[in-house]
Amino acid sequence: MSESASAAAIGFARRWLLPRSVLSGMLCVLAAFAIGALLIAAIGRDPVLAYLSLFEASLGSTNGLAETAIRTVPLAFCGIGIALAFRAGVFNVGAEGQLFIGGVAAAWMGLQLGGQPQWLVLPAMALAAAVAGAGWSAIAGVLKLKFRADELITTIMLNYIAIYFVGYLLHGPLQDPGSPLARTARLAAEARLPMLLEGTRLHAGLLLVVVVAIVAQVFLWRSVAGFRLRAVGHNARAAENTGMNVKAALWTGFLICGALSGLAGFSEVAGVQRRMIENLSPGFGYTAIIVALLGQTNPLGVLAAAVLFAALQIGSTTMESAAGVPSALTTVIQALVVLLLIGQNALPRLFRRRAVTGS
Amino acid sequence: MRNIRVAFGPVVANDDVSFAVEPGEIHALLGENGAGKTTLMRALAGLIQPQAGSIEIGGQPVTIDGPLEARRLGIGMVHQHFMLVPTLTVAENIALGLKEVRTWFPRLDQLADEIDALGARYGLAVDARALAGELSVASQQRVEIVKALYRGAKILVLDEPTAVLTPQEAAALFPVLRALAAAGTAIVFISHKLNEVMAVTDRITVLRRGKVAGSLRTAETEPREIARMMVGGEVTLPQLEGMPVAGRPLLEVDRLGLTDARGVRRLEGVSLSVGAGEIVAVAGVDGNGQQELAEAIVGLQRPDTGRVLIDGVEMTHRPVAERIAAGLAHIPEDRHRTAIFEKLSVTDNAVAEEAGRPRFARWGLRRQGETRAFAAQLVADYDVRLGSVEQAIGSLSGGNQQKVVLGRALSRDPRLVVAVQPTRGLDIGATAFLQSQLLKRRAAGAAVLLISTELDEVLALADRIVVLFKGQVTGVVARADFSVEKLGLLMAGRTA
Repeated sequence: MSESASAAAIGFARRWLLPRSVLSGMLCVLAAFAIGALLIAAIGRDPVLAYLSLFEASLGSTNGLAETAIRTVPLAFCGIGIALAFRAGVFNVGAEGQLFIGGVAAAWMGLQLGGQPQWLVLPAMALAAAVAGAGWSAIAGVLKLKFRADELITTIMLNYIAIYFVGYLLHGPLQDPGSPLARTARLAAEARLPMLLEGTRLHAGLLLVVVVAIVAQVFLWRSVAGFRLRAVGHNARAAENTGMNVKAALWTGFLICGALSGLAGFSEVAGVQRRMIENLSPGFGYTAIIVALLGQTNPLGVLAAAVLFAALQIGSTTMESAAGVPSALTTVIQALVVLLLIGQNALPRLFRRRAVTGS
Repeated sequence: MRNIRVAFGPVVANDDVSFAVEPGEIHALLGENGAGKTTLMRALAGLIQPQAGSIEIGGQPVTIDGPLEARRLGIGMVHQHFMLVPTLTVAENIALGLKEVRTWFPRLDQLADEIDALGARYGLAVDARALAGELSVASQQRVEIVKALYRGAKILVLDEPTAVLTPQEAAALFPVLRALAAAGTAIVFISHKLNEVMAVTDRITVLRRGKVAGSLRTAETEPREIARMMVGGEVTLPQLEGMPVAGRPLLEVDRLGLTDARGVRRLEGVSLSVGAGEIVAVAGVDGNGQQELAEAIVGLQRPDTGRVLIDGVEMTHRPVAERIAAGLAHIPEDRHRTAIFEKLSVTDNAVAEEAGRPRFARWGLRRQGETRAFAAQLVADYDVRLGSVEQAIGSLSGGNQQKVVLGRALSRDPRLVVAVQPTRGLDIGATAFLQSQLLKRRAAGAAVLLISTELDEVLALADRIVVLFKGQVTGVVARADFSVEKLGLLMAGRTA
């Protein structure tokens, strides 16, 4: 009797109060900031001033908000892709390479179609980026499903190959003819994403990523394919036993992650750089792994986590000049979030051990 | 052991349990799965610390804070799963961790002689120089007993010792236990098989739901009384009735051969067929190819020779989904690994096989209302006790999880049911329910393949019994010819 009553109470709390996953993510972030504050105090600076200047810069002005939003876009694209792959049990950490391949494919398509109307060029570029990113991810998929090679290793290796391969293209066949720099020619106006806010660099990629997050959320929690994806991620053997196509779910994980990371490359090329460059990403694909974890591999949660990390990165330089705190502190905070996220899973286990051993 | 209490969080595994075993006595610790037998013995072996209560050995109060201390006090455990290193000899296995045999130049020859002598004294024939991995299961068990004795065990705990033995091997173990007791060893015999307990023990202590339900002399009781104590009421297990009306074969297995990933041949030329309205049981000692046979039939493993036909259609290499569509239902042995998604809800688990059918999905999106209604119906039909269908299935008890698996399999009205050890780990009430459901399917004209190592279950439910030994069929026995002796011989590899 009390068993079912407590189960009902837990169910109520899960559904109507703060879900535990959201709560624990927020606690990790708060704890990371608290430890960061101790570090700031340890070097003799003022933590309050540092954090105020950090968020003032990233969220306190129209331009700051716009810059944060711009940063959010690639982090969220890659993060959602990684999250869906994780859900299927695919540890695809190759978003960085898939982003580069997607970016170069988008730029190439944009240059090919120069002069065509925008409604044709932009979707074609996006499609090229998604297909190229998915194709790059599929290499790891084949290695995994045919040869049982661990995707954790292969996708990281493929990142290096992708970045150097793109470097070769930009130094060679795709190089801007009139320039000594490793970059493509500038994209025509039709091949650029529309601007959203006058006086800022904010582009329509933000709308795209919000739509993607919502669709991904519905896919994961409401669709049959999303259900099967999650089921395979939880227990592939039981999934096979209940007649699910395990390979299809794993492929979905690889391809969605590749396609969304490719779209991240597309939005950077068409929305920010307006050409493909060698340093397209300062590690978006890697930061996105943390973003995916912090967002509890829920697309909407990942979007929120991406905003936070974008704000951290945008505000870090201002924090350095205003409060004298090295901008590297934000990297420390990001790393702390990871450690705490991993650690919080260990904590309850530790307590349970205590209870069993007793004394 | 007095007033022992062990709790794991909110679950009380032992509540005020007192238990005493005297030198020269064989004392049965009896109870259903989850009654607390193993927990009590783990406390005795120093593997867990009770929250309350005291332990005395030879009249002296002791604190057993670890396995080493338990060994020093003369407590020897023989676990269900043997702890022998297969590539070492028997003597080497026994020498492991013993200071007396010296670290650098172990006196193995002397040790081997001592072991042989020890074995001879109690009728425990073991070859101390043989490789442990080459011994039969029964011999390995004898080695475990010798190991405990050599280490000075005065209290010997045997955890379900007959679970891995054929009836004949079990019968051979009993005189050994008697000889040991006669020499003054105190023996705790853990079991849930009544007939063995009646045959070999002096006293019986019954545990039910973590408490002592009663303690009596074996000579002064009878099985019915003990059974009532174990269950706390009268439960009779269902029994197959009526003559088989086997119709057309719904499952045909034709000369199946299978080699596993490590290159071990698991099945060789296995043929059998199950007709509509028939229960065919596959009996055998655990690990003789039963799991591989089931998995080849349901599609989780690919056989390298032979064929599997479901309702006349060749399915040997077809995906699982096609077999399910053809009317197959599978109740697998290892529920947690193969049947359920522990972290997903009861609802999700209930529809896992059919989530994509039009009834539960439209435009690729799941129909939540229909799905939940189906789960609620299943929970009601199969008497699953839970708080909410949205609860993670992992939070249910084993019996209730199994009822969800059963409901999922049977509510599709399957024509072929493959059930592997379906009652393992269930209490007697849940066992009776599950077995009656299998009989219902038979009455409804389905073909049922029951793979079980529990002879009682097989004898009660089957129209025919196929015996597997080392991946081969050693015999097929029809219901009219059922006998434990005959099956025991077949299970030991002697063809009829």
